[in-house]
Amino acid sequence: MNISLFLQMAADAEPDRVALVCGGRRWTYGALWQAAQGAAANITQSGCKFVALLDESSEATPIALFGAALAGVPYVPLNYRLADEDLAALLNRIAPACAIGDVERIKRLSPTGNHACFNRADFVAAAEAVGEPFEEQEESEGIAAQIFTSGTTSAPKAALLKHANLLSYILGTVEFASASPDEASLVCVPPYHIAGIAAMLSSIYSMRKILLLPAFSPESWLSLASEERATNAFVVPTMLSRIIGHLDEGAKADLSSLQAIAYGGGPMPMVVVERAMHLFPKCGFTNAYGLTETSSTIALLGPDDHRTAFASTDPAIRARLGSVGRPLPTIELEIRDEEGKCLPAGERGEIYVRGEQVSGEYRERKALDSDGWFPTRDAGWLDEEGFLFLAGRADDVIVRGGENISPGEIEDVLLTHPSIADAAAVAVPSNEWGEAVGIAVALKPGCAAPSENELRGLIKDRLRSSRVPERIAVLNALPYNEMGKLLRREIRKLFSN
Amino acid sequence: MKPGTKLKSAVCDTEVMVIKGSNIVVDCGGKPMSDAAPEARGDLDAAFAEGTKMGKRYVNADSTVELLCVKAGKGSLSIGGAALQIKDSKPLPSSD
Repeated sequence: MNISLFLQMAADAEPDRVALVCGGRRWTYGALWQAAQGAAANITQSGCKFVALLDESSEATPIALFGAALAGVPYVPLNYRLADEDLAALLNRIAPACAIGDVERIKRLSPTGNHACFNRADFVAAAEAVGEPFEEQEESEGIAAQIFTSGTTSAPKAALLKHANLLSYILGTVEFASASPDEASLVCVPPYHIAGIAAMLSSIYSMRKILLLPAFSPESWLSLASEERATNAFVVPTMLSRIIGHLDEGAKADLSSLQAIAYGGGPMPMVVVERAMHLFPKCGFTNAYGLTETSSTIALLGPDDHRTAFASTDPAIRARLGSVGRPLPTIELEIRDEEGKCLPAGERGEIYVRGEQVSGEYRERKALDSDGWFPTRDAGWLDEEGFLFLAGRADDVIVRGGENISPGEIEDVLLTHPSIADAAAVAVPSNEWGEAVGIAVALKPGCAAPSENELRGLIKDRLRSSRVPERIAVLNALPYNEMGKLLRREIRKLFSN
Repeated sequence: MKPGTKLKSAVCDTEVMVIKGSNIVVDCGGKPMSDAAPEARGDLDAAFAEGTKMGKRYVNADSTVELLCVKAGKGSLSIGGAALQIKDSKPLPSSD
């Protein structure tokens, strides 16, 4: 099994159809397939154990992804936003790699790695120059991609996605060649994110043209969407909120072609979804929840669910706009307590998943239990009809004197304060309790900071005294990574002394 | 054969990849498929001539065998004389 099959099938079916638009250049399925085969030959010749990409999205992304797959070498997209020290550690973990992108940085950070380095243009030109069919290689360990987790809670782990995992995900969710020739998907997530890989695979298998945006800005997103008549798009919450902000400020763009917007990667504020549904009434919205370790999406809230929830006056149904929908029919999902017992609807616990698309395997260790279940470390609960609501990370629970406190309940109360724009509750060390509550808040523009007593009083009145924060920090903004994930470890650092 | 093996028809252009199932003889157009294309093509059995569709998954009655059609052809797929069926799939809204 090999994911290169997706591109090969598309190229067999319609070699001259446009597959990719990037930087003003157009690539057909046939041209991409030929370049991927050339890349595979060059990768094989380099003798490297990994194919690393340290670059923004470009035509080199699918060529490296499928070329690595054909050559039977794991593809490792790296986060170019990482600090030098962190990136150096990752480069050394995959030496020697056929490394594509920022050659100067790769050589400087991993001088003894013996990497075969190519800048983007050279890699693509060399792949195109081969011009011969490549005989698919037996994949070593069957690994298609190795993705370093973002490490919001600990050092990055090397998540391993097998060809069989990704194949199962795509075959289970996408119908081959189901897209009409005028369908085009705007892809703006970075290549090192699982959503970036999933976007390549599902677009190519459905034969939906990819409009690749190398670096996101609301301006460039709107202009590419209108110029190339995008019909589909995937965005993370911060991107959608910046796009909406730009439109609200009067930016003009013809988005009449847009039929579907999918979002995921972090919690989406309800106000942003509602505003987006108002702005794009003809658009179908899909909220996707997934992890790197699960080959992307495992639950989704589809367009019909969005409309039903949006139109409902029943609070329980309306609330589903804030859910991640139902689990995919191809996977199993359970909520479990700390002892591993399965919990009924309405009770919060840790989300476990099982299925062929679930890898749950790291280079360092296998995280699946003996029955094949993967503990996601995400906390959540299911409602009566099986809609999944996320409730932070299981690790984020604050344990104060043996009592488990969910950060979300404190954050929800803080957000009711008229001056507070954003809030996070974390565990802080406490001699008396082991852990206690620390809160960080960011204020709305022009608002004065409420006193510490006022905030403590607010929590005490609405919740129990155990939830009252011991430490309080007022920040200009809470720290997020570029995918919109709150960096709780950074907040914990504030309180570490 | 095993998961990942590609099987070619002995009578038409059909090519499938094995998703599930091992060591089973799959017929296309009434003749056994194999991992190498035959030097000369045999005749299509009229009882197995409905054709295969690219991108469709084919399963046997108890779902122990699943094949993905990667090249379409005129023959249809069977195991031990029992025709394979197209696997029902519920299309999901695109989430990426």
